[in-house]
Amino acid sequence: MNEPGPEGPLEAPRADSPYHRLNPLTKAVSATVTGIAALVLGGVIGPALLTLVAVIIPAAIAGVLRVLVRTTLLLSLPIGISAVLVNVFFFPAGRDVLLRVGPITATGEGLSLALEVLARILAISGAITLFYLTTRPSDFVADLEHRGVSSRLAFVANASAQTVPQMLERAGSIVAAQRARGLDTEGSIVRRLRALPPLVGPVILGTLGEVEERTMALEARGFSRPGRRTLLRIPADSGVQRLTRWLLVGGLSVLAASRILGVPG
Amino acid sequence: MLVLDTVSYRYAGAAGDAVTKISLDLRDQEVVGLVGANESGKSTVCLVASGLAPRAIGGVLGGRVLIDGADVAGRPIHELVGTVGICFQNPETQLSGVTETVFEEVAFGPANLGIDRDELVRRTGEALETLGIQGLARRDPRRLSGGQMQLVALAGLLALQPRYLVLDEPTAQLDPAGTRLVGEALQALAQRGSAILIAEHKTDLLAGLCGRIAVLQRGELAMLGGAQEVLADDRLEGLGIAAPVQGRLQRRIDALGLAATSIAPEPGR
Repeated sequence: MNEPGPEGPLEAPRADSPYHRLNPLTKAVSATVTGIAALVLGGVIGPALLTLVAVIIPAAIAGVLRVLVRTTLLLSLPIGISAVLVNVFFFPAGRDVLLRVGPITATGEGLSLALEVLARILAISGAITLFYLTTRPSDFVADLEHRGVSSRLAFVANASAQTVPQMLERAGSIVAAQRARGLDTEGSIVRRLRALPPLVGPVILGTLGEVEERTMALEARGFSRPGRRTLLRIPADSGVQRLTRWLLVGGLSVLAASRILGVPG
Repeated sequence: MLVLDTVSYRYAGAAGDAVTKISLDLRDQEVVGLVGANESGKSTVCLVASGLAPRAIGGVLGGRVLIDGADVAGRPIHELVGTVGICFQNPETQLSGVTETVFEEVAFGPANLGIDRDELVRRTGEALETLGIQGLARRDPRRLSGGQMQLVALAGLLALQPRYLVLDEPTAQLDPAGTRLVGEALQALAQRGSAILIAEHKTDLLAGLCGRIAVLQRGELAMLGGAQEVLADDRLEGLGIAAPVQGRLQRRIDALGLAATSIAPEPGR
């Protein structure tokens, strides 16, 4: 990860790179187009090349390649492994038998379909991870608000994104507290399942219990006032980025149309 | 002047009133303390005074809340935020949860008012400076200590520039260091002439802060008078309120017939 770069006096310290400095909407469009294009392209080579160009190279420029690979694999592995297993061993029309284990048969057709699915999953989760690693939620929200999105909607989106780490933190504290009181949260799956209610209950009830006070605090800070909020900072944008966004969306539309119309490519 | 005129309030779905016929005023540049045992109605009075009850939480309000003689009933909350601001017990729930720096957090309230950006930056900087927390401006508000977090909540309130501050047990969830931090900030605000209504269990904090103190008992006003007079009243303990340490010590000294000077700490110790 890069060292914290130069920020304005009102901003939090953050990693800095040309990719980080792109407008949040440009990065969001890039991630969305990459994900959809990976689905539309099909095969293995297309999504793999797309991942290289739209995910790996930008991540290297941004200095987040290692953490991106780790996070993407963590995100993709559960669904990726199940997709590979299902497709390799249970592909209904498979004839090219690679391996037979009792009643289960692994086929070549299943394997190639599994690789296609895996390539798409990796491209999608890589694109999302890259956006997440290089964009501050508050920047994205400020940019959306600047473009006319309702501040309430923007707040809900931002608050939802930030609630997950907060709940994880709370869950961590509750697990530690319950362990200190003798609750066994490790060992067999049955034992872990048994430990869930005393952990989940306080997390959910605690979060709900805070909602009223949080709501009142927001009201007391003028959140319900109709009209536009003042934006402390507006992420920079440029003509080149605007053009790039339109080109990306246009390119995706052409790609999708060519696939629908069956144009060979 | 902020006036509660024979105010009664019943929470939505509750069988009875949480407070009954409370009459209390908060003059400009005055600090009024609100003490009472748990469930005596302190938080309810704060919610009513700030306008959040019944507007934000429902319920039934009796009597009137007046600001400079005008009844504020029917005025939306966002119109009151520049006049009355409220700070709650739990510093964490007062953070917006969507900001990444203390500066952004403090600016959240005035930003909601749609004021000019330069004015927003000026007000935010001023609020941080008033509480002496400019050094925290670029820190993540969720990574602060409880006392620091409460100061950020307080700064967020100050940035709205309300004429009246209502503080509902602002040190209740703080450790001694956090309490001292907030106590010093409140002293500074009081010296600047802020009008503050503060509900608090810690009478030691109120002793040096308030001009007047109101005592609540089971939702009713049991006592109202000068801070020294109320905090020295023998009836306090019967109402479930611990008198300031200094007062209790003095009474013990008097009871033992000792001379106060014989046990007074040496200066600087």
